[in-house]
Amino acid sequence: MQSNAALEYDYSVAKLFTYTTILFGFLGMLIGTLIASQLAFPELNYMLGEYGTFSRLRPIHTNTVIFGFTLSGVFATFYYVGQRVLKVSMAESKFLMTIGKIHFWLYLVGALAATISLLLGYSQSKEYAQYEWPLDIVIVIIWILWGISMFGLIGIRREKTLYISMWYYIATFLGIATLYLFNNMAVPTYFLTDGLGNFMHSVSMYSGTNDALVQWWYGHNAVAFGFTVPIVAMVYYFLPKESGQAIYSYKLSLLSFWGLMFVYLWAGSHHLLYSTVPDWMQTMGSVFSIVLILPSWGSAINMLLTMKGEWNQLTENPLIKFMVLASTFYMLSTLEGPIQAIKSVNAIAHFTDWIPGHVHDGVLGWVVFMIMAGLFHMAPRMFKREIYSKSLLETQFWLQTTAVVLYFTSMWIAGITQGMMWRAVDEYGNLMYSFIDTVAVLHPYYAIRALSGVLYLTGFLMFAYNMIKTMTASRELTQEPQFKSPMA
Amino acid sequence: MDIRELQGYANFFMTIFLVVLLYGYIIHLYRSEKKGESDYEKFGNIALDDNIDSKPIVPNPKTLKENEEENK
Repeated sequence: MQSNAALEYDYSVAKLFTYTTILFGFLGMLIGTLIASQLAFPELNYMLGEYGTFSRLRPIHTNTVIFGFTLSGVFATFYYVGQRVLKVSMAESKFLMTIGKIHFWLYLVGALAATISLLLGYSQSKEYAQYEWPLDIVIVIIWILWGISMFGLIGIRREKTLYISMWYYIATFLGIATLYLFNNMAVPTYFLTDGLGNFMHSVSMYSGTNDALVQWWYGHNAVAFGFTVPIVAMVYYFLPKESGQAIYSYKLSLLSFWGLMFVYLWAGSHHLLYSTVPDWMQTMGSVFSIVLILPSWGSAINMLLTMKGEWNQLTENPLIKFMVLASTFYMLSTLEGPIQAIKSVNAIAHFTDWIPGHVHDGVLGWVVFMIMAGLFHMAPRMFKREIYSKSLLETQFWLQTTAVVLYFTSMWIAGITQGMMWRAVDEYGNLMYSFIDTVAVLHPYYAIRALSGVLYLTGFLMFAYNMIKTMTASRELTQEPQFKSPMA
Repeated sequence: MDIRELQGYANFFMTIFLVVLLYGYIIHLYRSEKKGESDYEKFGNIALDDNIDSKPIVPNPKTLKENEEENK
């Protein structure tokens, strides 16, 4: 290990993942806006033959946002935050630098191949686990490379104590590794049948109810360890650093961490309420979902209290605004989710538009806001230039906040209307409405959702433009800002 | 008692065990701070003072030793 005075953090891998965060964010949200429009205006399904239909594009939207945008953001922030809280530079280890670069390039090739495979219609037909077995193998290798990077950096650290964000990054690594492996256990049929059928095709190792149970243990915890845990890692670093305020209570952050780890893994069966899984398991899913409010709010309240006495920063610094709103949306969606998991509420909510409404106030309000704020904080430090435009940031904030509100309010109304109409019976016990009646009633809400998609995508383009301009044309900085990110 | 019922009981008792463990951890954190054995709040500064040449809050003895050897 070198110990020369001019040693600096090396952000080359963090920069590469920053570029893919912007690229996949744009692609994922563009397709999301398109499919939201298709639901409102079905004729939009017929623009590109089989490649442009809702059913073909929807998994591309979800997977690009999860494995493209969010994971890129997780990796970008990890390669930035990891070095800083461990006080060790990637430049100090040629081995780790090489692994980091292979990690990125394999990820990029894998992500493109995965997207193309979905476009061609290869799918395991499991929610958020659509990729077929050859791609699963590539994903496992990419994950192992990240693990080597992470534990390699930890191995040469100067700071003995692992900062709370590192705990969350480690949990992301271990959580996804376990979940992904178990849920994607499959038999490639081509080899078992001496070359019959398609090479890509596979059959799950589980069957029936067990398959559903493993799938939703995975599906729910993919949200936990992809959309929650690494984003909490980000907020625990970026909010204190940007505001210059240490976490309100470090002990509370530790408690919330173990609470979250303890509770989250049990909640997945709430996706299978009123199905064929054992009754006690359904009840357990509901109960653990309610308990989950505690560790989630523990983190969120800790974040908001970090701003205690410093709320003036909310008006002065748009990045603080992004992060505080993200924490608030985290509180909202972690309250909404448990409410939906209550059996009697779920009887109305299940299979309705309230569910994508819930997912999107979490992802648009919490995940995307936090990742964008993190990258904006990193940009002046990585590229040694101030943020290109503060007014553009402010406009983007209000535009996207309006978009999220439009999205979830329209889906709340749509979902509850749908749920009530499906259950409505007349005095003789006959169903009052046919399915198409609900579709006709929901049209205006679908149109509002499509509009919110356009607004959010426009905001994301502003983010991309602001970032690219920051990298290339903004005023150069002579020294690294300590806390607040400088912006023009 | 069939396997499903057994799974249910196993889950229940494991939950109780883990709850005890979690509460034990909470008590441990607060008690050790009260006794002055450890100060958890100082770790919050790891994020604030994170330059590569900043003094670590708790230096890693392994890296420290390597640095000393190199500087000899």
